[in-house]
Amino acid sequence: MNEAYAVILVPSTSYAIQIERLLQGSGILCKLIPVPRQLSSDCGVCVRIDRQTSGDALKLIQAAQIDFEGMHEI
Amino acid sequence: MTALPERLIYLDNAATSWPKPPEVAAAMTDFLERTGANPGRSGHRLSIESARILYETRELVAQFFNAPDPQRVVFGLNVTEALNLALHGFLQPGEHIITSSMEHNSMMRPLRRLEEQGIEVTVVSCSPQGFLDLADVEAAIRPNTVLLAINHASNVTGTLLPIDQIGHIARIHNLLLLTDEAQTAGAYPVDMQADCIDLLAFTGHKSLYGPMGTGGLIIGERVDIQRMTPLKQGGTGSRSERETQPEFAPDRYESGTPNAVGLAGLGASIRWLQQRGIEQIRAHEVALCQHLLGGLSAIPGVTIYGPLDAECQTATVSFNIEHMSPSEVGLRLDDEFGLLCRVGLHCAPAAHRTLGTFPEGTVRFGLGVFNTHEDVDAAIDAIRQLSGKKVI
Repeated sequence: MNEAYAVILVPSTSYAIQIERLLQGSGILCKLIPVPRQLSSDCGVCVRIDRQTSGDALKLIQAAQIDFEGMHEI
Repeated sequence: MTALPERLIYLDNAATSWPKPPEVAAAMTDFLERTGANPGRSGHRLSIESARILYETRELVAQFFNAPDPQRVVFGLNVTEALNLALHGFLQPGEHIITSSMEHNSMMRPLRRLEEQGIEVTVVSCSPQGFLDLADVEAAIRPNTVLLAINHASNVTGTLLPIDQIGHIARIHNLLLLTDEAQTAGAYPVDMQADCIDLLAFTGHKSLYGPMGTGGLIIGERVDIQRMTPLKQGGTGSRSERETQPEFAPDRYESGTPNAVGLAGLGASIRWLQQRGIEQIRAHEVALCQHLLGGLSAIPGVTIYGPLDAECQTATVSFNIEHMSPSEVGLRLDDEFGLLCRVGLHCAPAAHRTLGTFPEGTVRFGLGVFNTHEDVDAAIDAIRQLSGKKVI
């Protein structure tokens, strides 16, 4: 992974793990991290991915109809 | 003090299954020793691992009942809590609900409470064997009916009800179907989509072979989450900037730290069930139940209640011995034969009224996957001895 990341914000940890399992199943590296303070004051986690894979990740998540609250580059 | 029998025969699986597959305790020990943290609350690795275990169980439950969305598997303590959530959360004053006369108090008591708050309740009478006439269900539907709430199998006689056909009636009349799967989940195939179930209440500690304190409500896609209010409000680890409850499942209904160690055990037990295969488990229990029914029915003075056909019931058999109270039978089975069962009303007074066994109740043998034909032989022999010793 290079240093350019994107994060996927989700309603709760349960959704973060659902997305983690989906992405890992398709060979997309990801890591669950606390939501960066500049994006939300929520105490939950989000899914961090390599920016280069964000397009593929988005397609997978939308195809699986998993609720998420947006993707942000960090 | 009489010497205790060397071997215990556990026939109280309809209350709580025991023993459990060894994988259950192993998963719970592993959780406590290696994970242990609060799921979904903190962002550190142990918290995330804990949340992962919880989610895996959520997904296993969804797969097991063929539920479309694992996020709509709401965990709770047991069927009682799940039914309370569904009934109190969904029903509004002026609405009408239909249930059966074979229900457990986990259904009846919330309904009687709701009745005091302006919900109309119709209890459709079942036959003395516990069967429900579907024409009676259809005849009970009113313009303000919103929900059919039925147990899949009686906890007293094991009588199986045709949930799929009831589900079709619900769809035709644009009603929702709530099922109490306390006695069936893990013992009999349940398919949320094929059976047209909209709200499925399950518990982990019976035929799913998980620990006590696990269970939940699966909410189908026809149920409007915004309409169904939670039983409690509180911290969820999500939307923490707000002082109001989240609107999405499962968080809307899961406030407070969950029984994660129990749910780790439930995940292990469902994996174990999947490996063993529900059809194989059902075949084993049908064979045991038929054996028990045959043996008991040959004993003079024994009256068996329910369908008397293992194919039409779960492996639960209720009976009485002439001139002996169920409580006396239960005590003597425990003391003299090491045979553990449940006697009395089984928290189901309506069912016992239907069977004609109120208020004394019955003796109930609840067979499980770990019971053997030798256990059943011993149980039949014990009843034969007791009935022979009766004092008239």
